[in-house]
Amino acid sequence: MELAPGSLRRVLGRLTDGIDAPLLTLALALAALGLATLYSASYEQPVRVLNQAANLAVALVAMWIVARIPPQALMRLAVPAYVVGLLLLVAVALFGDVVNGARRWLHVGVTRFQPSEMMKLALPLMLAWYFHRNEGALRLRDFTVAAVLLALPVALIARQPDLGTAVLVLAAGFYVIFLAGIGWRILLGVGVLGLAALAPLWGLMHDYQRRRIMTLLDPTQDPLGAGYHIIQSTIAVGSGGLGGKGWLHGTQTHLEFIPERHTDFIFAVFSEEFGLLGNCVLLVLYALLVARGLMIAANAASFFARLLAGSIALMFFTYAFVNMGMVSGILPVVGVPLPLVSYGGTALATLFVGLGIQMSIQRHRKLVQT
Amino acid sequence: MPVAELRDLERELHRFQLRVGFAGAVVLGAFALLFARFFYLQVVQHATYASRAEDNRIAIVPVAPNRGLIMDRNGVVLARNVSAYTLEIFPAKVDDLERTIRELGEVIEVQARDRSRFRKLLTDTKNADSLPIRTRLTDEEVARFAANRYRFPGVEIKARLFRQYPEGDTASHVLGHIGRVSVRDRERLEELGVEDEYHGTDFIGKAGIEASYQQELHGTAGIEQVEVDAGGRGLRTLARTPALPGNNLTLTLDVRLQQVAEAGFGARRGALVAIEPQTGAVLALVSKPNFDPNLFVDGIDSAQWDALNGSPDRPLTNRAIAGLYPPGSTFKPFMALAALELGKRTPRSTIFDPGYYVFGDRRFRDSKPGGHGTVDLYKSIVVSSDTFYYQLANDLGIDAIAGFMQQFGFGARTGIDLEGESAGVLPSPEWKMKRFRRPEQQKWYPGETISIGIGQGYNAYTPVQLALAVATLANQGAMRRPHLVGQIDNLRTGDRRAIDPALIRRLPLQREHLEFVTHAMAGVNKEGTGARVFSGAPYTSAGKTGTAQVVGMKQNEKYDERRVTERLRDHSLFIAFAPVENPRIALAVLVENGGFGARAAAPIARAVLDYYLLGKLPASMEKPAPVDESDELESD
Repeated sequence: MELAPGSLRRVLGRLTDGIDAPLLTLALALAALGLATLYSASYEQPVRVLNQAANLAVALVAMWIVARIPPQALMRLAVPAYVVGLLLLVAVALFGDVVNGARRWLHVGVTRFQPSEMMKLALPLMLAWYFHRNEGALRLRDFTVAAVLLALPVALIARQPDLGTAVLVLAAGFYVIFLAGIGWRILLGVGVLGLAALAPLWGLMHDYQRRRIMTLLDPTQDPLGAGYHIIQSTIAVGSGGLGGKGWLHGTQTHLEFIPERHTDFIFAVFSEEFGLLGNCVLLVLYALLVARGLMIAANAASFFARLLAGSIALMFFTYAFVNMGMVSGILPVVGVPLPLVSYGGTALATLFVGLGIQMSIQRHRKLVQT
Repeated sequence: MPVAELRDLERELHRFQLRVGFAGAVVLGAFALLFARFFYLQVVQHATYASRAEDNRIAIVPVAPNRGLIMDRNGVVLARNVSAYTLEIFPAKVDDLERTIRELGEVIEVQARDRSRFRKLLTDTKNADSLPIRTRLTDEEVARFAANRYRFPGVEIKARLFRQYPEGDTASHVLGHIGRVSVRDRERLEELGVEDEYHGTDFIGKAGIEASYQQELHGTAGIEQVEVDAGGRGLRTLARTPALPGNNLTLTLDVRLQQVAEAGFGARRGALVAIEPQTGAVLALVSKPNFDPNLFVDGIDSAQWDALNGSPDRPLTNRAIAGLYPPGSTFKPFMALAALELGKRTPRSTIFDPGYYVFGDRRFRDSKPGGHGTVDLYKSIVVSSDTFYYQLANDLGIDAIAGFMQQFGFGARTGIDLEGESAGVLPSPEWKMKRFRRPEQQKWYPGETISIGIGQGYNAYTPVQLALAVATLANQGAMRRPHLVGQIDNLRTGDRRAIDPALIRRLPLQREHLEFVTHAMAGVNKEGTGARVFSGAPYTSAGKTGTAQVVGMKQNEKYDERRVTERLRDHSLFIAFAPVENPRIALAVLVENGGFGARAAAPIARAVLDYYLLGKLPASMEKPAPVDESDELESD
């Protein structure tokens, strides 16, 4: 061996430099549970597991790269990323491909690309940058500007329609505004106004739109149609019981009663096979992941970094809460995947990039801003 | 950096940390809510959801039993089950039936008749799981559909057992046919309280033995618990209560004899019933025209149904048990027996037959112009003198005739084991009273008795009644219930039930009177109206020809066969039994509009007796000689 043990340690150290061990451990634990569940859910197409493992590898590399970009550099990226994202969303609305009745995809060369995915990070980046610029003297006007910056992409995404992503982007932006310190009274006022706006909106809607919303709120109204998914996933969760039916032994899963069981409804598969105990493990892992993120935010060096890290941490929470809530039947069904667990490369990459940003912020927490 | 700004920054940091703390609390609260929900679903409501998951997973599938086989007395299979693939649609699982059928047509040939049959089934059978759009798929068609299956949710290939009648239209009225269980069938099964045995059963006997022995043939449904996926496809069987197959039936019918009899009719309409006198076993039961019961097996399409049901020849009517015909002169031997038994005639008493009989101001014609001269009882049967029986009928009176004939089963159902038997009409003053409404019609006129004597007038009997009467005569007055099923085999228990020849009644007839009538009927085939047809027969036989008028004729009108249209021509009848010393077979033959009895009906009787007693096939049915070397050389 030419390489001395010391230098090996140094190389390893350089490699892992800036990687936050708790975040990575939690994320990998969740991803591992995801792969195991995916294996059970795709017994007929085991190749999916390999695909997802490859996705995971790509995502880890992305995380590693982002983790070494200092927050100041990220700050410089904020405006271009937001503007490009917004332009792409407009392009989607104009020339996007329609898949399953929704216009979400944009052709880029040989591959298709979902610009709304990028907005999940570009929007909090932009808002954090905006608030950081006006740090210490935030006024109502700043929050109004932020609200407009938030509303533009959310409206474009909701129009596609992609309710799930719209909710996530809205949440990510809202968290930045909330953490930036918007007044409680303003918040309350906007909330009341929003609720008040629902009534006339309801009156303007078509019958079929109202029906769709009613089914969203009460799936039992349409047990064979839209409600079927949620009824079957609730049965899967409930029949899992305390300890679950055992890995690979979920009948709801293996007899194909669970729709979208690789993606949005993978939690039903997990819950059927691992039961309440498994669910608790999952909840604890997510709670720790969010807690670690919030801790990083609290210790961050700059306003920008605080807002960004906090928003990303809460975004993980939103993903997990909305997904588990919808699969277990307490939230309406919107297309939100279970973070780090659901099948799909794009979402996984976005999440790991988010983790990378948090790691970068954690690494640079001691740099005093000049 | 100004102090104020710094203080602002500190305040902002403090506020930020408060907000993070608040967010953390919200996160914990939300996760606690999720935990509560999980606890509710997975612990509190676990039993409910576990059973719903099981209900999802396990389908209770009834298993239809195998229908029993039907064989002839020599074990020739007449009805069996063959397995074939069908393409079935589950109407409840298909949104747009028309579109599905149209698209199926692109993959597998679906003809107009398949479509009309499917539509008929859809309206006839309510709450059926699946209905066939195509039956008897070829292997290639099965493969083609399998490759396109994903396009057709709610459409499946099924392996089904089909009823098959290998002998085609032979004995179609005996076997009958099966068909899909209709709404009315369901109601009847519910009345019988056996609907539970019919879960999963799609077919039920609709006519013939298939209908009258439905309960024996059917068996008992089994149950399978099948694990199914969300698409309703069965994946594996978890538990099974096997179906119990139906019983096999062995008929008393000799199918080769039946074929000989049917061949004898050719394209003519008519009926034949041959009975073994000692047992009542029915050896052949023909109703022509017949039909191919295989047409009904997978649901007959409406065009074929209309052709069968609407045909003026009425091929679906079983003439042997439901057709009513005057017996004509075949009634005379029974009249003669009545005369002897009631002491109105002796073998030696004679009359003079001038060719007519006058009653009041009416003149009853004899079929032979100029008459038969001096006629005694023997000759009256052998030459079939009408005048003799006009007079005899008048002497006996209608009450005595009806009373005597009733014993022979005329005008009453024989109780043969088929559904749809007619009772017929044994004319009597009481019958007329009941039959008609107006008082002048209800009265019996003595003149009406006269034509009763020659088997005309109100007389109307089924061929099976006539055959039973002949069999009773041949069996010394012991009347056995005619039956078609000789034995019922339970394959499961090995239990074998033979149907006992049930004695209906023993007629108190004097031996010498029976012998006299038998002797006279033997004379018919030796030297009388049947002599030409039976010349050269190496066995003894007793017979009687009959010609039954279809329309009444005016007193002096002359019947000219050639001038009457085919439908109005007389029916041709023949009754016989043989051998005379020890009768093994008794029969009645009727050829509709066949004209004189000796011409159309008697040759059929001869062919049947020849085959049954001698094993001799009629010339038309001789099989081509087995191929041997000389034949091969010739064909070269």
